[in-house]
Amino acid sequence: MSAITANAPVAVEKGASLWGDAAHRLIKNRAATISLFVLAIIFVACLVLPFFPSLIPDPNIQDLPGKNSPPSAAHPFGTDHLGRDIFSRVLYGGRITIAVGLITTSVSVTLGVLWGAIAGYVRGYVDDFMMRIVDILYALPFLVIVILLGKTIEPWTTTLTDDTVGLIVGQGASVIAENKTRTWVEPITTLVPLFLAIGALSWLTVSRIVRAQVRNVASQDFVEASRSLGLGHFTILFKHILPNSLGPIIVYTTLTIPGIMLFEATLSFLGLGVKAPNSSWGILISEGADRMSANFWLLFFPSLFFAATLFALNFLGDGLRDALDPKSSKD
Amino acid sequence: MLRYLINRLLQGVIVMIVLFTLTFFLVKALPGSPFKTEKAIPEHIQARMNAYYGLDQPLPVQFAKRATNILKGDFGSSLRLEGREVTEIIGQAFPVSLQLGLVAITLAIFVGVPLGVIAAWKKNSILDYSTMAIAMTGICLPSFVIGPILADRFGQKWEILPAMGWSNLNPLFWILPSITLGLGSAAYLSRLTRAGMLDTLSQDFVRTARAKGVSQKNILIRHCLRGGLTPAVAYIGPAFAGIISGSLVIESVFALPGLGTHFIKAIETGDEPVLTGIVLLFGILIILANFATDILGYWLNPRLRS
Repeated sequence: MSAITANAPVAVEKGASLWGDAAHRLIKNRAATISLFVLAIIFVACLVLPFFPSLIPDPNIQDLPGKNSPPSAAHPFGTDHLGRDIFSRVLYGGRITIAVGLITTSVSVTLGVLWGAIAGYVRGYVDDFMMRIVDILYALPFLVIVILLGKTIEPWTTTLTDDTVGLIVGQGASVIAENKTRTWVEPITTLVPLFLAIGALSWLTVSRIVRAQVRNVASQDFVEASRSLGLGHFTILFKHILPNSLGPIIVYTTLTIPGIMLFEATLSFLGLGVKAPNSSWGILISEGADRMSANFWLLFFPSLFFAATLFALNFLGDGLRDALDPKSSKD
Repeated sequence: MLRYLINRLLQGVIVMIVLFTLTFFLVKALPGSPFKTEKAIPEHIQARMNAYYGLDQPLPVQFAKRATNILKGDFGSSLRLEGREVTEIIGQAFPVSLQLGLVAITLAIFVGVPLGVIAAWKKNSILDYSTMAIAMTGICLPSFVIGPILADRFGQKWEILPAMGWSNLNPLFWILPSITLGLGSAAYLSRLTRAGMLDTLSQDFVRTARAKGVSQKNILIRHCLRGGLTPAVAYIGPAFAGIISGSLVIESVFALPGLGTHFIKAIETGDEPVLTGIVLLFGILIILANFATDILGYWLNPRLRS
């Protein structure tokens, strides 16, 4: 990396910022750039293509004579037991899965990092108190809370759905157009509030890991040095300790995403997640698992998209970790 | 040290009290009644059943009664499974989940941690990428996919291992379910170990050790393993408690008489005594696990012991 600057004219040295350096290092990392590319393709396919219904088949149209057909030119990923096109079901399902995974994870990681960092830095009774709350939340039956939450916010999300549909189609639209918009809008307006709430409850392990990491970093000499320089607690914690604990945080973030994406499928079984005929990767995978010995493509293609997304996120996370590690710069 | 222990014990007691209170009222808020069966029960019989179990009384009265009974050691009997005590149900199911969970977590530790160390050691090499690819495969394959595949291949096609059922004494029955159960944790552990090791390997004392001529193996094992294990240890505590308290998917795939099935059934039917029993058990496990994690943290990092 140092070869780049070898022939550059000697100018006034400009201090490199952490993020500027990181962006540069990330681009140099081949696994990370490939991952970024893969993610871009999947995201565009899932988040943009469904806006153009003429490009891909309707995911909910049933072609009963052509049911259970293996991959072909007409249906690149085959069809399911109702003759629905798996390719477009995977794309439409991906929209929901990606949204749910990213939103929930960002809420839970933000909360978990703050909670764990404060507990690990302050220590003493504050730490005890915060960690006992974590213990209680761990032991409470998560599913019961989610079921109750789902029931509580249901009337609210129903109005939200109605309002959004009304806003998009406007007054006096045909019933068909309204229904079409409704199947499009409903999963987002009903799931996003629920999963924001789930994110607000699933930060426990993140907080335990961050707390352990912050405690370790806080016991190092450079923290004492910055304290003796008179830096405030806020600066020490957020500018000195947290950047040095980023590795495990980033890695655990990439690990949280698949768990939450699959949890959505569990919720759908309980009638709280995506409602038929809409779908998600989690639902497609679990439906495919039931039929995998007969029609393997029902499991294979949704899993392929799921795995590709997670692999890419994972290698991107590793790349980010490396890029943000100030000590890995000089090689 | 003794003061610390007493302090933690008191905190644990408070946690259990809060836990019991919250669980009780949450379950009571669930829709549905434990006596709602497919066949409609006549109104007056339902009323009599409610009266028999004391469910017709106002919630605070029910709560006070349950709380005093539990303090006396009487956890009540199931509303769903007639005439079975909560302690008896848990006493039968928990040993299975515990045994299975212990095997699974041991497997996860002995597979996950070494893989993570190797990956960190050979960072950005083929070895690193392939180890992490295996780990990611473990994360991407949910247990409802991997479980049936294992049961089908090893159990039915090749007939090497029993595909379902449980035996406390025959280890052959433990293999498939514990692999299915432990795979995810092994993958998590390897990812977290790698991250922790990389953080530790980039510290100044490692450079000093290298300059002194300490061998790569000694740097990894003697100098870095303690610090590098921090995130993995913080994860193991709660994960361990979660794993030994049962899993519905594993139990239904392999037909095991574990705790997870009782837990879900109790939620579905609003069976408060069973659910409370399981939650209290889980609470004790979580408190112990996080306590052990903290102690382990002190042992791993001597600078914290002040």
